[in-house]
Amino acid sequence: MPEPETPRRLDLPDVPDWKRVSPRYVLVEIVGTVLFGLALCGGGALLWLVVGLEWAPYLIGAIVLVTLLTVLFEPRRVRAIGYQLRQDDLLFRRGIMFTRFVSVPYGRMQLVDITRGPIARWLGLADLKFVTAAASSGVLIPGLAEADAESLRDRLVELAESRRAGL
Amino acid sequence: MTSLADGEWHRLHPASPLLRGGIFIVAVLGFIVANLRERLIDFFFGVPVYGSDPIDEIMRRGAVGWALLIVAVVLVLILLGFYLSWRMHTFRVSDEVVEVRSGLVFRSNRRARLDRIQGVNIVRPFVPRLFGAAKLEVSVAGQDANVQLAYLGSALADALRRDILHLASGLRQPAASAAAAASAAASAAATSTSAVPNSGTEAENGAETGGFRSQRASAPEFGTAEGRVPEGSGAPAGIGAAAAGIAGGVGGFAVDRANEFFAPELDPDAAPPESVVRIPPGRLIGSVFFSGFTVFLVLAGIALVVSIAFGGSGWLLVAILPGMIGSVSYYFSRFTKSLRYSIAGTPDGVRVGFGLLSTSNETLPPGRIHAIRVSQPVLWRPFGWWQVRINTAGHSTNKGAAGEANTTTLPVGTEDDVARVLELILPGFNSAEHLALIGRGLLSTGGDDGFTNAPGRAAWLRPFSWRRTGYAIADGIALLRRGTVSRELILVPLARLQSVGVSQGPVRRILRLASAALHTVAGPVAATLSVLDAGEAVTLFERVSAGAIESAHLDTSHHWNLPNGAPR
Repeated sequence: MPEPETPRRLDLPDVPDWKRVSPRYVLVEIVGTVLFGLALCGGGALLWLVVGLEWAPYLIGAIVLVTLLTVLFEPRRVRAIGYQLRQDDLLFRRGIMFTRFVSVPYGRMQLVDITRGPIARWLGLADLKFVTAAASSGVLIPGLAEADAESLRDRLVELAESRRAGL
Repeated sequence: MTSLADGEWHRLHPASPLLRGGIFIVAVLGFIVANLRERLIDFFFGVPVYGSDPIDEIMRRGAVGWALLIVAVVLVLILLGFYLSWRMHTFRVSDEVVEVRSGLVFRSNRRARLDRIQGVNIVRPFVPRLFGAAKLEVSVAGQDANVQLAYLGSALADALRRDILHLASGLRQPAASAAAAASAAASAAATSTSAVPNSGTEAENGAETGGFRSQRASAPEFGTAEGRVPEGSGAPAGIGAAAAGIAGGVGGFAVDRANEFFAPELDPDAAPPESVVRIPPGRLIGSVFFSGFTVFLVLAGIALVVSIAFGGSGWLLVAILPGMIGSVSYYFSRFTKSLRYSIAGTPDGVRVGFGLLSTSNETLPPGRIHAIRVSQPVLWRPFGWWQVRINTAGHSTNKGAAGEANTTTLPVGTEDDVARVLELILPGFNSAEHLALIGRGLLSTGGDDGFTNAPGRAAWLRPFSWRRTGYAIADGIALLRRGTVSRELILVPLARLQSVGVSQGPVRRILRLASAALHTVAGPVAATLSVLDAGEAVTLFERVSAGAIESAHLDTSHHWNLPNGAPR
């Protein structure tokens, strides 16, 4: 087909440097994944020992394999999370397999949420959520150092204040 | 008192507690009557009855006096409660806010900023409508955040809505000359009030509307003749009240109510007639009949016949038959709720009204519509009918046309109707190019037609509709076109856009495609494009995000009539 070749991977060309989240966030993700894998394995073990299903050990094996693979790719996935404060909007990206880019004008901010899970708190990390009137915006920047999260929140509120718009 | 929107505290219609608790009271009465049926028969016809019930017991013990006393006390308490709740339920409308205070034990106070109004809805349920009362609801964004005024006099509600919208539009009340005229009118009306002391509320309503009307008449944009009939009421309430006094109250009241009941749903003065869109009943019946529900019903009927023919045990009959009987009421309610439908442009926004027995009409000020979808179910295609639905931030608690949420702006209409409705809800987007773009968005099968369409590779994912799947951006409006079996065109005003996203999964990566989503407030319209060239997706992302910022910056619709257009 003689059409101009478009790049296979979706990427924004004119964005020089994405701000990355803290590398320590990998640990939070790994702990979460492992715990989830363990819970699934527990379910599999129940099927095997209590219900007595013959194929349950294979299921457990598959779960362990998937969990291990996920853990291996975790650092790459965390590095794929990025954000950038542009002149009038916040850019956000995440995902390697399922890539997603979002742009939110600052004036659309309804509120900024900072939350800390137990492991993230132990590592001194926090998640920042940028909430708009649309539920589907879904801008959640995880794994920011606590001080960074708070300064980013103040900066976003300030930017939203100066570019305020209605709904 | 010249108008309800003068910043002072006002009370609702005195019958409000009764009307709001109406169904409950009727139920209680029904219960009592059902229980006393035999007693009543005995009382009137003297037929003896047997058995024992509480009343027999009371009579046997000679406690009739006590029982009557208890009944009387309960009645008095109920009336007192009604009176107190009416007294405590007050509202005011000032230049900045609408505020309601209510509650006896748990006091509540709710305030809505006028420049945050998403819509004003006037609902007249059947029974209150018989009594000339209406419910006014001011919707603002947020869950359960609406301000309800239930109930007001019918004409008063219309006047108050006009006033609220007028204040919210950024124009303040007219100055001194108007106030003088208004006070003169008010005093004139007040004399008529004293002349008819026994038709209290009506005369009061008359005084208020009379004053309000003359005040409006002196304001430039409502500069019509003095004797103008208030929107939605058959006869001017002031004259009606006077007539009521002459005719001994009751008769005049009935005539007044009857006039009001049979008045046209949309007052001819309220909007220029060429902007009004209506639905002929035949088309309405057709649209209800040719719906997905009918397909389901026909399939169920076939299944029923087949199961009986092949000697089924009849359980299917038991399962389906009640549903089929119930479907009659479904058709009926959809039909009556969309009857007398009208949509019209007024100076303060789009007015959507409908209803045969219970009526409702909502005014959406400019710039309150976040996304629009024009769609055509496949069964409507031979007739060329379309439906228009919208996303808004505020949601009236009352159901809209066709028994759906208040998001259906046009239940069914031809292409011309769609063009007129779009002109009303997207003011300024009506040049020849824009209309041509909309027309191609609705009907085109694809190709080089102003839309950026998906490449041929997309046929792997959208085998039928890929040619038509595309987008265009013109003058601050993003148009997304998709669907070929049931065609859809989605319009998003970029000034209302919350955010924009593009995404790509593994399958689309192999095909060098991506999908895009324009995020708006929640509603029936999802502005998404499922297939798009990956490079084109980046272009869309950049264009939409830049356009959204620019449009939001230029947007002044929170005070839509402010003369200099300055944002606060």
